[in-house]
Amino acid sequence: MTEKTAESNRLKTITLKVNHKEYTVDVEPRMLLSDVLRDILRLTGTHVGCEHGVCGACTITMDGRPVRSCLVFGVQADQADIVTVEGLESEDGELHPLQKGFWEKHGLQCGFCTPGMLMTACHLLEHNPDPSREEIREAISGNLCRCTGYQGIVDAVEYAAKEMRERAE
Amino acid sequence: MSIGASLKRLEDYNLLTGRGQYVGDLQFSDQCEAVIIRSPHAHAIIRSIDVEEARGFDGVLLILTASDLPDDLRPIPMRLSPDPILEKALQYPLAKDRVRYVGDPVAVIVAKNRYMAEDAADLIKIEYEVLPPVTDAVQSLEPEAPILHPDAGTNEMYLIHGKKGDAAERLKTCEHVLEEELYVQRHSGIPMETRGLLALCDEDERLTVYGAAKVVHFNHQLMARLLNKNIDEIRLVETDCGGGFGPRGEFYPEDYLIPFAAMRLKRPVKWIEDRLEHFKATNHSREQKHRVTVGFDGDGRIYALRDEVFFDQGGYIRTHGTTVPSLTQAMLPGPYDFSDIEIVTHLVLTNKTPVGTYRGPGRFEGTFVRERVIDMVAAHLKLDPTVVRERNYIRPEQMPYSNGLSALGQVIEYDSGDYAETLDRARKFMGWDEFAGKQSRARQEGRFIGLGFASFVEKSGFGPWEFAEVEMRPDGRVICKTGLTEVGQGITTTLAQICSDQLGIPYGDVSVVHGDTALVEKGNGSFATRGAVVGGSAAWHAAGLLKEKLLNIAAGQLEVPADMLALKNGGVVYAETGQAAMPLEELLPVCSDLGISLCEKYTFHIEHMTYPYGCHAAEVELDPDTGALQILNYYIAYDLGKAINPMLVEGQLIGGMAQGLGGAIYENLKYDEIGQLVSGSFMDYLIPTSMEVPEVTTEILENYPSPLNPLGVKGAGEGGTVAVAPAIANAIVNALQEYAIPITSLPLRPERIREALKQMKPER
Ligand code: FES
Ligand code: FES
Repeated sequence: MTEKTAESNRLKTITLKVNHKEYTVDVEPRMLLSDVLRDILRLTGTHVGCEHGVCGACTITMDGRPVRSCLVFGVQADQADIVTVEGLESEDGELHPLQKGFWEKHGLQCGFCTPGMLMTACHLLEHNPDPSREEIREAISGNLCRCTGYQGIVDAVEYAAKEMRERAE
Repeated sequence: MSIGASLKRLEDYNLLTGRGQYVGDLQFSDQCEAVIIRSPHAHAIIRSIDVEEARGFDGVLLILTASDLPDDLRPIPMRLSPDPILEKALQYPLAKDRVRYVGDPVAVIVAKNRYMAEDAADLIKIEYEVLPPVTDAVQSLEPEAPILHPDAGTNEMYLIHGKKGDAAERLKTCEHVLEEELYVQRHSGIPMETRGLLALCDEDERLTVYGAAKVVHFNHQLMARLLNKNIDEIRLVETDCGGGFGPRGEFYPEDYLIPFAAMRLKRPVKWIEDRLEHFKATNHSREQKHRVTVGFDGDGRIYALRDEVFFDQGGYIRTHGTTVPSLTQAMLPGPYDFSDIEIVTHLVLTNKTPVGTYRGPGRFEGTFVRERVIDMVAAHLKLDPTVVRERNYIRPEQMPYSNGLSALGQVIEYDSGDYAETLDRARKFMGWDEFAGKQSRARQEGRFIGLGFASFVEKSGFGPWEFAEVEMRPDGRVICKTGLTEVGQGITTTLAQICSDQLGIPYGDVSVVHGDTALVEKGNGSFATRGAVVGGSAAWHAAGLLKEKLLNIAAGQLEVPADMLALKNGGVVYAETGQAAMPLEELLPVCSDLGISLCEKYTFHIEHMTYPYGCHAAEVELDPDTGALQILNYYIAYDLGKAINPMLVEGQLIGGMAQGLGGAIYENLKYDEIGQLVSGSFMDYLIPTSMEVPEVTTEILENYPSPLNPLGVKGAGEGGTVAVAPAIANAIVNALQEYAIPITSLPLRPERIREALKQMKPER
């Protein structure tokens, strides 16, 4: 019993919006946002590859900006608006053009870096609908991929950009 | 026909939508988490371990040290190329009285979650008596070096001696002789997902272990043996796997410890390796020194090759036994016909993380050594290095060709191929004939550009067998069970294409089941680029048997001979005209009425490996002030007999190239003199990003189908990796011809190039 009290004393209640859904959860202040998403909210699409902010696998968007969820504490995400890979598909289950692009252009192999890549690329295309290959490479340079050699990813983002521009027209 | 088509992968939908199931994604109620406590010293005696305080800590459920493990526990045995001589240096799941590398597991602590387990870990007090470490393979052989395994009595655990003809004699008669020392640094696969396991033990002591990869069935047997259980009391399940590349999926200490902890606690125990831990705990690879001597004539024809290799094994022998050193030496001659060869490889222990395979094991290292030497021979004679290559290639009419050396229990025998053709294509694509002019024009503008080539022969299709079971369900869907595993290479799609081709149904109608010991009866797994070759052939045959069966039944129904029929477009057709004869919807109910099982199994045996080959070419530009290197153009020609899915092959080549590039320029698992790993995070272990990996042009050739399997395939997994370092190194040397800078070791760091440039005055 004492154990429980000690634990619950440490807990903080936070409210956050993830993929348009609101959650209120109790978390220890030291718990990483990546763990909150994965272990408490069971949104395991966001991956953890390094926990020191280099690999980018845990990238999500928080209030519209790409963020490494392993470098943010859950408590810091109180009141935040978060989108994870699970939020990319449209309500009716249609894949995001980036997801289609990755599929079409062989932008993934093991798929572990993919959620982070998608979230980073998503932010790029929101701000630059017609990026050059060089710009794409620069935008994803904070996300490590060990499988693809990036070429398929660059092709995929190009494909998606085109698709999205055509849709917008 | 779906074989040969660049079809989209069946794997991708789940992975793209966050629905993948990697081991870290699984969660069971009541699950707890383990943390492994590892040695902070490279070499030390364990004096005492005091766990009392930690035991009383909040949330702690179990603490294990070596004394808590069964007395009769045996060390982790070798999986490949085992040898009794090596047994004295095998690793136990927990260090007993001595630690031999930074990261050697000493204790396990299980708590309600990882946060708690890590807190409690700080309270475990371990007293060490630090011993002098040895961190260099050559020094480790010196008489005063500390001995790692007193039982073995020596740090030189093994000596491999390969010989063809008499190289020493031959060298005496050669017009020219060149001697060089070359070095390849320690680096490894470093998949983006670290290792992990989740073990469950039920009331009846039955274990289910998630997180297996690569060689699931082998590890299943091993786990049962080490845990003293019957094989049917354990189920191993492969999850999605975030990259294999060799290190992932071998049997490590944790593969014993986590199931053992689950058995003790009777609740699910999860362990996810963290990244810093991964750098210390998971197999390293590659580190070796070569002392090469070659003898040749004035035309660049090389007659004799002698090499003494010092292979740094680290603190223990792991599951690969002698695989890497023996592949190094057996594949060292590559595509060339040398009449006299002698190679001696010393497998040496050091106080560093133990090593295993990494994509292109032995060939990455050997290809660097050999292809640098070819360019050195050319430089020595002032000849065109591509011409020197040409003069030494094994010619197609010499096939099958054996270089007289052996590895993995078989003599190397190249089955078929035309090595000169891939070089020719590379020269053409890169504009080699006009390059000298381009280079001197660039130089006039103050730019240093260079072009380098590297040829290679790969091996694939390691046997001895693989298993497949193909079943057609009443709804026409096909289940293909395979002994292979998926590590991101796309084996699911590949096998679906093979079944689809045989059975005339869309590849999307094939579900591939793998890596579950409860569902697939046997298998050898995915390593050594054996998937498409051995596993693909098994699936081809199993599906072929099913096809025959279906056609025979249809023939009975249609009252025509079976050989007039074929399967196509989801039904039986007349072979000659392609005209529909009977759709599957009609045929399948007939089969079920007749009580015929539509399930066929096949075990495909293969005695010899097969050998894809190719050529890499790199054009680089160097900044003489900073030594920075830019890759302007990169090309790979690769002949693999037959590509089942060219898009996936290209993906393998380009992805492989990026890993080769890491090994060539950036990655280094570096130790200081007291044996501390100083590149233990992504801050200092540099994996190439999208800014470093150039656009790569690949040309996939299918000129020499393998005669050893029905598909003619030769495998695509490793050829992208193995020749990157020498192609770039040769390009650097070519860019700086007049400087005579000694490019003999990896990685090719800019600071080294810059230093060398500062010190070397131009020769002319
Ligand atoms: S897990 Fe967050 S950056 Fe690697
Ligand atoms: S697809 Fe495997 S790490 Fe990117």
